[in-house]
Amino acid sequence: MTRDLLLKLELRSDPSMLCVVRGAMERLTEVFGFSATDCRSVTRAVDEAITNIMRHSYKNQTGKPIEVHVRRVKQRLASGHGVGLEILLCDRGPAVDPAKMRGRRLDEIKPGGLGLHFIRQSMDVVEFKRARGTNLLRLIKYLLPVSPIEPGKRREDLADLGPANR
Amino acid sequence: MQISARRIDKITIFDVVGDIDLANSPEVRKALLKELKESRVPRVVMNMSKVRYIDSSGVASLVEGLKASRDVGSRFILFGLSPSAREVLQLSRLLKIFEVYDDEAQALA
Repeated sequence: MTRDLLLKLELRSDPSMLCVVRGAMERLTEVFGFSATDCRSVTRAVDEAITNIMRHSYKNQTGKPIEVHVRRVKQRLASGHGVGLEILLCDRGPAVDPAKMRGRRLDEIKPGGLGLHFIRQSMDVVEFKRARGTNLLRLIKYLLPVSPIEPGKRREDLADLGPANR
Repeated sequence: MQISARRIDKITIFDVVGDIDLANSPEVRKALLKELKESRVPRVVMNMSKVRYIDSSGVASLVEGLKASRDVGSRFILFGLSPSAREVLQLSRLLKIFEVYDDEAQALA
């Protein structure tokens, strides 16, 4: 797999920064070529991941470091996926037990426990690991294989025609 | 985000403008629970037409509002969902649980 760094953000745990990160991710995913739906999905996944870091890893303490690295990745896959967006989120909170990283059952109607579902439903790869005192959450969303866009046409115009016409 | 309330007869309408996320979802929760649990308004309506984004903590606040409305026998209604808000409620399998309308006229009918 090859990786090219597209964006690196360093922020402090502060909920008022979430809209700033969303703004950056919305533009970046659009430029990257995702459909409007996938732009929203990836942005949502990153937003929920940072929210989880603030709430659970840093227990709502402000001023703690969070890093977001966004890279273009290229990988040969049997499914035909090739190019994708990798987002690596790093925090220095206490070690998290991956077994406890479970959302609530969706057939229960109660507040909370939805963030992880949103992340898993939005992304193709969701991996968590701990290395050198840092929690690392790696997310990847692959671009669907598409034919080149005609000059003057936007990806959204093509997406509206349905999968057969992409 | 800004949240303001209007009253029409025995209906409270909350007009929400901006994104609902971890920074402000407690404010939404507080406003909803006050109206439903303390004021016991028979119908509470959320105007979501100017909410471009809602995260899981915002959805949790809406779920709390829904549960409170069921506890006190009120109606809790959403209208004007953006594509993003609709997707989030679909992903959490809550879209069919909430009473959702396209516009204010339908929500107040």
